[in-house]
Amino acid sequence: MANQKVNVVIVGAGAGGGVVAKELSTAGMSVVLFERGSWISYDDHTDDELLSERNPVLGNSCGPDDQRNRRVNVHFDGSSHIVLPSEGDYNNISACVGSGTVTYGALAWRYMREDFKMRSTYGDVPGSTLEDWPISYEDLEPFYEKAEWEIGVSGNDSQNLFAPPRKKLQPMPPFTHNKEATILKEAALRLGYHPFSLPMLRNSIPYGGRPACYRMRTCIGYACPVGAKAGTHNTVIPVALKSGNCELRTNCVVSEIIVDDRGKIIGLTYFDQDNNRKTQLADIIVLSASAIETARLLLNSKSGFFPNGIGNENDWVGRNLQGHAYPHAFGLFEDEIYDDFGPGSSVGICDFNHHNPGIVGGGYLANSFIRMPYSFSGVRPPGEKLWGKEHKVFQRENFKRMAEVHGPFQEIPNFHQRVDVDPKVKDFWGIPVARLSGKTHDENIPGCTFMADKAELWLKEAGAVKTWKGLGIADGVSAGQHQAGTCRMGNDPRSSVTDKFGRVHSTPNLFVADGSLHVTNGGFNPALTIMALGFRIGGYIASEWNKGNRFK
Amino acid sequence: MDLPDKLSRRRFMRLAALSAGGIYLFSRCAGPTAEWRFFTSSEARLMDALADQIIPPDEWPGGGESGVTNFIDKQLTGPFLRFQSEYRKGLKGIQDSSETLYHQRFENLNWKEQTSFLELMEAGKMNEPVWADGFDLKFFGLIRDHSMQSYYGSSRHGGNRDNISYKMLKLDYPFIVGQNRYKS
Repeated sequence: MANQKVNVVIVGAGAGGGVVAKELSTAGMSVVLFERGSWISYDDHTDDELLSERNPVLGNSCGPDDQRNRRVNVHFDGSSHIVLPSEGDYNNISACVGSGTVTYGALAWRYMREDFKMRSTYGDVPGSTLEDWPISYEDLEPFYEKAEWEIGVSGNDSQNLFAPPRKKLQPMPPFTHNKEATILKEAALRLGYHPFSLPMLRNSIPYGGRPACYRMRTCIGYACPVGAKAGTHNTVIPVALKSGNCELRTNCVVSEIIVDDRGKIIGLTYFDQDNNRKTQLADIIVLSASAIETARLLLNSKSGFFPNGIGNENDWVGRNLQGHAYPHAFGLFEDEIYDDFGPGSSVGICDFNHHNPGIVGGGYLANSFIRMPYSFSGVRPPGEKLWGKEHKVFQRENFKRMAEVHGPFQEIPNFHQRVDVDPKVKDFWGIPVARLSGKTHDENIPGCTFMADKAELWLKEAGAVKTWKGLGIADGVSAGQHQAGTCRMGNDPRSSVTDKFGRVHSTPNLFVADGSLHVTNGGFNPALTIMALGFRIGGYIASEWNKGNRFK
Repeated sequence: MDLPDKLSRRRFMRLAALSAGGIYLFSRCAGPTAEWRFFTSSEARLMDALADQIIPPDEWPGGGESGVTNFIDKQLTGPFLRFQSEYRKGLKGIQDSSETLYHQRFENLNWKEQTSFLELMEAGKMNEPVWADGFDLKFFGLIRDHSMQSYYGSSRHGGNRDNISYKMLKLDYPFIVGQNRYKS
C-alpha cells in the first residue's frame, strides 16, 4: 500500500530531527520521522566496553552495523580504503532513535558570541573557510533557552565568567564534583583560572518525569540505565509521538530525494525494515542525518534539474567538513584520585576559548569522563612498554592514579576536508557510500599545542608527579561525533548551502537541521547548539505554515 | 551450599593445581579438549603462548589462562571475520620464523627467546619474506590489541575469565545499578 502524503518528512531522529519533529507535530503538521537505526536501551548492551560507542571494537552498540554499512576514506597520497562503522576512520555517530544523544557525554554548551563571528574576530586565515555565521548568538539565545528547559539541563552559568549573557538560568542545579574534579578545581583556582561545574543535559534532580542521575561513571558511550541523561529519544520525540501527528519509522534507510518533472522536490525514496524500496511524499523535507549523511543524501539526489546533487550548484555540499581536535594531557598522581562517581567530567574552564595570544579560537578544558580498562591499556607515557609484564604492572598500579584534562579545540575549517560520494562503493541497499577526504588546517597545530600545554600545567598544579600530553589532531579527516559544516548556512548562495533558517538556497521546501549547518563549530560539544537550531528552524517552519506559507 | 563465587570447573582445577604445587602443566593437560571455531589446535597452542607474552602470568593470571585464545577464536567467526587471513598467515609465519631462527616451535622457546622474537616483530625487523610490507608490525599490533581487548574487556565475549582483570584493577564488578548517590 502506498504511503499517504504528509506535510513533512524528517530524515534522522537525532539531536536536530527529534526537536524539529516535536516542534512541527505539536503545531499540527503531519510528520513522518525516519530513523535508519532502531530504538536502543541500556539493557541491550549494559556497560560492555567492547560494544560501546566509546570503543566499538566489536561493533557499535547503537549502530550502524558493520554488515551493511561502509564508507571510503581517502589518504593524502590519493590512495583510499573502505572503512567499517566500528573503525575510527568511519567517523561514526550513532544510528538509533536519539542518535548521539543516547550515548553522548551530554555536555550542554551554548557557543560563545565570538563563535558565531570567527572571521570578524580573527580576520582572514589563509587556506581556510573561516566565516561568520549568518545569525548571531543573540538570534539563537531564545532557542538555547528552549532547549535547556524542554530537554533539561543542569548547570549554573553564573559561575562561568566567560559564559555569554542569558535571560534565564539553566533549570536544574549543577552537578557536584567527584574526587579528581575537586582536586582539579582547587588547582584551577590557584592558577587564577575560573573553574565551574559543567552544564549537562542530565538530571541533577528529578526533571521532566525522569529521575535524577545516580552517579554511575560509565555514562559516556553508553545509554543511561535510569534515563537521567536527556536525549531527544526520551524528551521531545515522545512528545512528538504523543501529539498524534508524528509517525516514527525506524530501521528505514532513506536513499534519495525525488523531484517532479518541474524540478520541485516532492518526497523521498527509502528502504523499509524489510528492505523494500518505498516512496514517501511530503510538502516539506527536513534533513537531520548528521553532517556526513545529510551531505551524502543531497549528493546522491541527482536529476536533470540537479546534476551535481541537490543544493550543490556551487560545490559547497560536503565541503567545510569539521569536527574537533582534542588537545589533552595525562597526569599520574601519587595517591588514587579516580573514583567511580559520575558523570566523570564535571570541572571545566573557559579561560582559553578565545583571545589567546597568537591563536585562532581555542576551546574549553575539563577533566575527562571515564576510564575503561581496555582503553586504558593504550594510554601510556611516551617510551613506556605497550605489552608484557611492565605493561600489566602499570595497568594495575596506575588505573586509579591517573587523571586526564582535555577539551574540544575549535578547528579552523577548510574547503578541501569534505564529504562526497564514492563512484564505485555501495552499501547493502545499493546506495553510493560517503567518501571522506582532506585534512585539518595547519593553523590548528599552534592552537592545540597551546591548549595541551595549559592542560598539562593544570595537572601539574593539581599534584601530578608525571605528565604527558598530545595535540589530539586527527591523522586524516577530522569529523567524529562532533561532525559539522557540510551544508553551512550563509546569506550568500555562492558560498553556502542554506539560508539562515536552514532552507537550502536553491529549493523552496527543503531544509537542513543538524550540525551540517554550522559555519564553524565552536570550542564546545555541539549538541545543544544543534538542538537550539532545531527549535529555531522547526519554529520557523511551523509558524510560516500556520500563516499559510506552503513553501512552494 | 552457598558459594560466594560460582566455581567453574576450570577455576576449580586451577585451585586444585595450585594447592598441589603443580600449577601450569596440570591445568593445561586436565583442561577439556577445546573445540575451536577457527583455530587449529596447533594454532591455539601458539596463541596461548603469544597471549602469555602479551599479558604475562604473575600473581594474576596471564593472557593464556584468561581466555584470550577463546576470545579471538570467537571473534574471528564474528566481528573479526575480516582478520581471518591475517591470523592464518601470521601464525604460520611465526612458527616458520621460529623454526628458521631457533629450530623450534615458538611455544617451545624459552621465555626470553619468545620475548626477543616478539620485540623484533613489534619493531618490524623480521627478515623472512612473509613479513614483507610491514606485516610483522601489523600482525603483532593485531595480536596485542586483541589480547588486551580480551583481557580487559567484558567477559561476555569469551575472554576475561571470571572478570579477572576487573578484580586486578580493583573495580566493582558487576557495577551496582540503582544506587542513588546524589547527596551533596
